[in-house]
Amino acid sequence: MALALSPVPRKLRRPILGAAGLPDAAFRAVVLCFGALAVLALIGLIVAAMVEESSLSLSTFGPSFLAQNVWDPVKREFGTLPFIYGTVVSSLIALLIATPVSLGVAIFIVEMAPPWLGNAISVVVELLAAIPSVLLGLWGIFVMVPYLQRTVEPWFIERFPDVPLFEGPPYGVGLLAGGLILAIMIVPTIVAISRDVMLTVPISQREAMFALGATNWEATSWAVLPYARSGLLGAVMLGLGRALGETMAVTMVIGNRPDISASLFHPAYTMASVIANEFTEATFDLYVSALVEVGLALFLVTVLMNAVARLLVWSTAGSSQRVGAI
Amino acid sequence: MALALKAGLSTTRRQVINRVMGALLCLAAAIALTPLVLVIGFILANGAAGLSLDLLTKLPRPVGEVGGGMANAFLGTAILIALASAIGVPVGVLAGIYLSEFGDNWFAAALRFLTDVLTGVPSIVIGIVAYTLLVIPLRSFSALAGGVALAMLMIPVVTRTTEEALKRVPESLREAALGLGVAEWKTILFVVVPSGLGGIVTGVMLAIARISGETAPLLFTAFGSRYWQDGLMKPIAAVPLQIFQYAVAPYKDWHNQAWAAAFILMLLILGLNVGVRVATHSGFQRVQ
Repeated sequence: MALALSPVPRKLRRPILGAAGLPDAAFRAVVLCFGALAVLALIGLIVAAMVEESSLSLSTFGPSFLAQNVWDPVKREFGTLPFIYGTVVSSLIALLIATPVSLGVAIFIVEMAPPWLGNAISVVVELLAAIPSVLLGLWGIFVMVPYLQRTVEPWFIERFPDVPLFEGPPYGVGLLAGGLILAIMIVPTIVAISRDVMLTVPISQREAMFALGATNWEATSWAVLPYARSGLLGAVMLGLGRALGETMAVTMVIGNRPDISASLFHPAYTMASVIANEFTEATFDLYVSALVEVGLALFLVTVLMNAVARLLVWSTAGSSQRVGAI
Repeated sequence: MALALKAGLSTTRRQVINRVMGALLCLAAAIALTPLVLVIGFILANGAAGLSLDLLTKLPRPVGEVGGGMANAFLGTAILIALASAIGVPVGVLAGIYLSEFGDNWFAAALRFLTDVLTGVPSIVIGIVAYTLLVIPLRSFSALAGGVALAMLMIPVVTRTTEEALKRVPESLREAALGLGVAEWKTILFVVVPSGLGGIVTGVMLAIARISGETAPLLFTAFGSRYWQDGLMKPIAAVPLQIFQYAVAPYKDWHNQAWAAAFILMLLILGLNVGVRVATHSGFQRVQ
């Protein structure tokens, strides 16, 4: 942090306002207005636009909008429970798979692997983060879904005939497919952030353990992980936030049917994908408004997730550190 | 010894646990890399098969007819990126300058936090916002709305990377300039920003790489089109949008075109990612 080490505090450096300081004041005003305030205005615009557009639906349905298990535009009945269910369950499946894998990768990169290997894996994971959602969806539709339908799902259905989790015909598309695609997408997020969090753990933490004769794993599990705990939790929450709002890849593989079913193989629908699929087809105001309200709910949940997660990460790594790839 | 007592385990046992955990973590890395290899592999293989010059030079044929390309979509993506950059880069860079150079107060701290949170807003939500702000008042899907939606996604990324880049500029440079009597605004514009330019450019290029594959915010802003572009107030085609529409349609020929377009898009995005980091020497984040 150059800021903290600076011998002259920046505040003392501010030019005195007056004729000579005028250009400086003007420059600062420009940067503030066109930069900082524009970003702030953008956030304000997002909230205002969503609330304004969804007001019709908000006033028509009230809180029951979130609890009704019916989505029938023809009869003008709108309830989002199936979408909430699909979003939450697919995200949880993703989290269940991605969390141990990602934390494992991060620990491996930072604590175990030789530097060249750690860097190489880092690079590849960052590239995985750069692959657009729609391309993963394309692979999901034509490669992963047929494989699930022909091989994986029949295997489970045959072996566990009475387990509700594996009931029904193997569609291929469904909660499991959605969860798997999401898991692939959030691994890079969690790896990048938890890696950076662990890199901020002071080296003395490890050295103290090694001096006591600890093995590599003991040093990691007793001195590094506890130190980084809240930051790692933040990393996982950022992954969850991404999974909840992810649209294209999920839309392409989850089956897009507003059902609530215990079976992992049953087609489902998420909040983001109902917006993606139906927004341009929404023919009357209430329909559009209902979809925007789904978006508003999604926005609020992901913002809350992100806010808490950032605070957790900052509590370990500090706010000025660049944590995580883009 | 102290640890052995605490764990209640023999040294051999502890060594074995260490080895096993090492192997498990290595396995985790292998599991995480597998999908990347699979996705890239399939896109390369299936995409190369469908690749043809028509894809880049011809318009889409009417629905159901075989052949044609998506030249308009490639042009459309270029137009959308240009529009988004024209709006997003100045705002993002100025906000980044503010955070780095005037950012030691509570307002900047709040702004920094909000910018980070903004990065996590689902892109489909950004699409709704652009729809509300531009599509409804103008009564038409448009290139403009698509560009604005992408700009909104770009701004937080550019802001934070600019801030990072400028913060890496040594404080002594600023003090040297100020000590010579150079005004603060000149110091920032002609000393600090040029020194951090490499990092800013990296951030901008990575932001472009990110938005060039975005689909969700374009669904109901840019909307897509099967013709050449006719002004910024008309719907516009985009490569990721076209890939999505072709992938979920029932035509074999469209699937092949989707794979081929995915091939080109992926090479562009990965190429941009690798190229920019190598060119500016900023590199990927280093472990050691």
